[in-house]
Amino acid sequence: MHYLRYLYRNSPLTTLQNNIRYNHAQIKEKVQRTQISKVLIANRGEIACRVMRTAKKLGVRTVAVYSDADRHAMHVEMADEAYHIGPAPSTQSYLNASKILEVAKKSNSQAIHPGYGFLSENVEFCEKCASEDIIFIGPPPSAIRDMGIKSTSKAIMSAAGVPIVRGYHGEDQNIERLKAEAQRIGFPLMIKAVRGGGGKGMRIAMTESDFLPQLESAKRESLKSFGDDNMLLEQYITDPRHVEVQVFADMHGNAVHLFERDCSVQRRHQKIIEEAPAPGLSEETRRALGEAAVRAAKAVGYVGAGTVEFILHRVTHEFHFMEMNTRLQVEHPITEMITGTDLVEWQLRVAAGEPLPVTQEDIVRNGHAVECRIYAEEPAAGFLPRAGTLHRLTQPIAEEFVRVETGVREGQEVSVHYDPMIAKLVVWGRDRTEALAKTKAKLTEYQVAGLETNVNFLLRLSGASAFVAGDVHTAFIPQHEAELFPKSDTVLNEDRAIQAALGHLLVSQAQLATNDSWKGISVPSTAFRPNYQLQKTVPLRFDEKDFTVTVQYTDVPNTYRVQVGDGEWRSVEAYLSSNDKGLRLNALIDDKISNIGLLTYEQQVHVYDETGQTVFVIPHPKFQAVSGSDPAAAANSASSPTPGVLERILVNKGDKVVKGQPLFVVIAMKMEYVVRSPRDGVVEAVAPFKQGDAVGKGTQVVMLEDQS
Amino acid sequence: MFKLVRSIRRLSAQCRHHSHATVIGTEPNRSDPYFQENKAKMDELIDELQQKTGDAIRGGPEDAVKRHTARGKLLVKDRINRLVDEGSDVLELSALAAADMYKGQVPSAGIVTAIGKVHGRDCMIVANDATVKGGTYFPITVKKHLRAQSIAQECRLPCIYLVDSGGAHLPDQADVFPDREHFGRIFYNQANMSAEGIPQISVVMGSCTAGGAYIPSMSDESIIIKNQGTIFLAGPPLVKAATGESVSAEDLGGADLHCRQSGVTDHYALDDEHALHLARNVVANLNWNNDQRARVYSSKIEEPVHDIQDLHGIVGANIQRPFDIREVISRIVDGSRFHEFKQLYGDTLVCGFATLYGHPVGVIGNNGVLMSESALKGSHFIQLCAARKIPLVFLQNITGFMVGKDAEAGGIAKNGAKMVTAVSCFKGPKITVIVGGSFGAGNYGMCGRAYSPSFLFMWPNARISVMGGPQAATVLSLVAKEKAQREGKPWTDEDEKKVRGPLEAQFEKEGLPYYSTARLWDDGIVAPKDTRKIIGLSLSAALNAPFRESKFGIFRM
Repeated sequence: MHYLRYLYRNSPLTTLQNNIRYNHAQIKEKVQRTQISKVLIANRGEIACRVMRTAKKLGVRTVAVYSDADRHAMHVEMADEAYHIGPAPSTQSYLNASKILEVAKKSNSQAIHPGYGFLSENVEFCEKCASEDIIFIGPPPSAIRDMGIKSTSKAIMSAAGVPIVRGYHGEDQNIERLKAEAQRIGFPLMIKAVRGGGGKGMRIAMTESDFLPQLESAKRESLKSFGDDNMLLEQYITDPRHVEVQVFADMHGNAVHLFERDCSVQRRHQKIIEEAPAPGLSEETRRALGEAAVRAAKAVGYVGAGTVEFILHRVTHEFHFMEMNTRLQVEHPITEMITGTDLVEWQLRVAAGEPLPVTQEDIVRNGHAVECRIYAEEPAAGFLPRAGTLHRLTQPIAEEFVRVETGVREGQEVSVHYDPMIAKLVVWGRDRTEALAKTKAKLTEYQVAGLETNVNFLLRLSGASAFVAGDVHTAFIPQHEAELFPKSDTVLNEDRAIQAALGHLLVSQAQLATNDSWKGISVPSTAFRPNYQLQKTVPLRFDEKDFTVTVQYTDVPNTYRVQVGDGEWRSVEAYLSSNDKGLRLNALIDDKISNIGLLTYEQQVHVYDETGQTVFVIPHPKFQAVSGSDPAAAANSASSPTPGVLERILVNKGDKVVKGQPLFVVIAMKMEYVVRSPRDGVVEAVAPFKQGDAVGKGTQVVMLEDQS
Repeated sequence: MFKLVRSIRRLSAQCRHHSHATVIGTEPNRSDPYFQENKAKMDELIDELQQKTGDAIRGGPEDAVKRHTARGKLLVKDRINRLVDEGSDVLELSALAAADMYKGQVPSAGIVTAIGKVHGRDCMIVANDATVKGGTYFPITVKKHLRAQSIAQECRLPCIYLVDSGGAHLPDQADVFPDREHFGRIFYNQANMSAEGIPQISVVMGSCTAGGAYIPSMSDESIIIKNQGTIFLAGPPLVKAATGESVSAEDLGGADLHCRQSGVTDHYALDDEHALHLARNVVANLNWNNDQRARVYSSKIEEPVHDIQDLHGIVGANIQRPFDIREVISRIVDGSRFHEFKQLYGDTLVCGFATLYGHPVGVIGNNGVLMSESALKGSHFIQLCAARKIPLVFLQNITGFMVGKDAEAGGIAKNGAKMVTAVSCFKGPKITVIVGGSFGAGNYGMCGRAYSPSFLFMWPNARISVMGGPQAATVLSLVAKEKAQREGKPWTDEDEKKVRGPLEAQFEKEGLPYYSTARLWDDGIVAPKDTRKIIGLSLSAALNAPFRESKFGIFRM
């Protein structure tokens, strides 16, 4: 305890925290204090890294766990110690409670921080920790259980005077009963897995006829995800806002709230952009929300960081309790930004038995914060997640009011086994306008190659007029589809095509630079030709369509004449530069100078401007596209590889064959040679051989129709 | 201590970067009518040069170009552009070869020769233009091919032959086939370069018939394009005539035959682009060690202080108008810095040290007729550069060595001979640019074509001949007059005109740079503004070979 207290006094705290005095009076000696000098983080990715940063700041040693897929992950590298816990699938690694506990004991960790997801809201795990004398950094099992079972939580909330929506949370799961309850509550209606979360096992029935099919679908998903298919039913408020309150409680009976966050704009029932505080709320509503949340936490004897979620009516701002998340949430940094706190530090202190370092009056709201979740996904394809290697990754640079929380690095994999989130971009501004402006600016600094991301979508979202106006709600994306998925996205912008083509040429040129220095002479490359100018045609592909950009060098340095397709010739001045944000192209086209980000990766040229990323592809040359440059692939016949005896002919004239399909068999020197088709095609002729005939090396046995 | 050593090193490095050589050259008065007239004249010459070059690089007649591209073949310039590194410089040589010869039907002599970078290595590219008379070899074509090989051999540049040629142009066979410097020399050079370890690579992109078949066959590695490249000693018609055998060109010598059966070629390509891609791969695998590492002198290159474009107004088109060669030097060398040697002695020859794109060079330029002192100074300077392994740059603007009684008595013959000896025996890289006149023995002393400069270029205003046209006319008319007088015939002004007129016209015509470049007396005509770049690229190519020791003959004292 002395250790921690010492740490507390000497830890570098934010300005705001320095103003908060440690409240000795609150210490209740009956609570057992434990010194946490080593913590195991039972998680991966950005949250594991984020927890470790605070632990390190407090001098607490960190222990990471990792699956096969994460051997070289950032969180492993960052930890003081790391232990392998199993194969890539999370059920066999990050959800393997006994293995993680074993590592905790082996590493002499006094506490386990579960992060979010995985085991963070698992009652059994929480109980196991207690029985192994290891501190679970989170609420007591009873609170998790109470809040985890939706029906129970609603009942408790209702009793504590927290407003709840009409619903059925009964144990009788008979279909007829559910149907009757549904009719009582009315439509539209939400069907939700009792153990659910993250949108899983959740369906909406708009009308009565929808009810049964949606119920079955929800049950199936719930069973698969949570091993339980108990459902609850709730009045569905159309297009509400999703507002949640961050609460914090200690073991001494103190509980505070740290204001609300608005997480209304969601896709696939998952958040992508969050902000704190919620826009457009009156101070009265805000206070009412906070107080309701504190009541909720107290009602279940909550300890640690938690989030009480409400649905809030868009117009009336009436709110109802939805659920409580008994963990630190993904979006906690925006709360930290507006309150000047470090919630992980609080978690560690509270888990060690310390009282909350502040009282409610000490917590002051300051400015506005926005978090964007950068996902590997394809927004235009229904936000389908993507997995693969992040061949290039340039992120905004963290500064005083910008946090970039990430758990992956360039060259690493976004695995199919885990959440495809690449990073969280958290930006603070003095007000919402400033925060949004900065968010947009920072988003344009993302440069990613290898995987599709939602950065362009986030840019459009954060600039959408309704979003800027603060008119947010859960159906925001479908309602503003036209603005968020503009048709112009698939229209070739000629200026960008010029930037891409020139960028490609200039990057190639710059790479030549001065590899002549061994000779003592370095003539900079300028694509010089004596008495004439080089004209280059750059083939480009955009949105599946091929076109060319013709670039004519001129006598004047950095000046080109450029033609897109059959368009007009335009004079362009362009040069490359580079800074800590990567490669830049400065291009003067007509009367506009634009300074854009440029990234070339394999066959791709990326242009980064205020709309985010535009990807151009330089198509592979024909010979590679056609055949992978394998000369055999072009062959029009299959011949015997050796002198031998023909054993069998497996095809007839006119047969369609595919590459690699066996055509005939030759026996020679006790070896059997199966001759396969060099390519896809049609058999034009089979030589008049029969079984047992001798064939020479190179004897053509099967001829394919000429393709060329 | 360590720190101190480091800072001393840093300081000395700085000293090297910013040599104490004086910045030379002056800013011209651009509104001066004399300057403007010069500029207008030179601008015209440049327009003409670009016009002629543009016409030449377009290749053969339009229908031939169409036929060529319709078969999926790339034009020769596009082939080269794809072969070399993206965005790299290409030093094309003698683009105006054969201009105005052969009724103007053989632009660029039907062959493109160029030095370009492939995977960062300087290579000599020799590419037939099949749109020009089927890529056949005219006498100048042979000369251009051999010149490229000789540069490659001297500079140790890997050779890449993009072959697409019908072989010798049969009507010219007497001037193409039999002599020492004729067609056979191509293969002789290939064998000897290969022996010297200079890679020989062929890409068969069209016909390689008869003699031409030896180009890929004599290569270290060769590539052939399916349904396009053929190699055979005798084509189908000749085979039919000789043996009665009927065979298609592809079956007789196509890619499948040569890659699968004969082994004449090594790599099988599907089209031009594929073949050039393979050629790049071949170069990447040469293990072409640049092991003769020289010192790196400077990492930051200073551009000349003065604008190179001003050369138009300074030099002009009239070679009778003198200009200070230092104005030219100052627009070519790094930072316009020039450490002049013996500035006050023999001042019609300017000698001095400078750097070009970081590499030291010795520059020799003319500021008037060569006197005995100038020749002695030049000979001394050339020996200095040989001893110090410094390449030479000659900027020729010379009417000749001084004549007359005093000059002869002063030993101008033996002093001129010293300079000619020094130039002849200097074996390091030497690059000559004729920036004005190139007359008589001045051409010799200033490293004319006969003195094997690594490269020789001309400006469009230059003139080259054994002497000026009027001087030649005067000599000949004097001889004719004497003869007439001996024979007692009258000698009228009319007679004088008859002798002078055609001779002056002939000298004027034959002295033109286009006449010279058509016949490969040079490696190309270059614009003054490109001169720094051209000399840089030439020097860069030449530096692929080790700096050869010079051993000088007897200097007649």
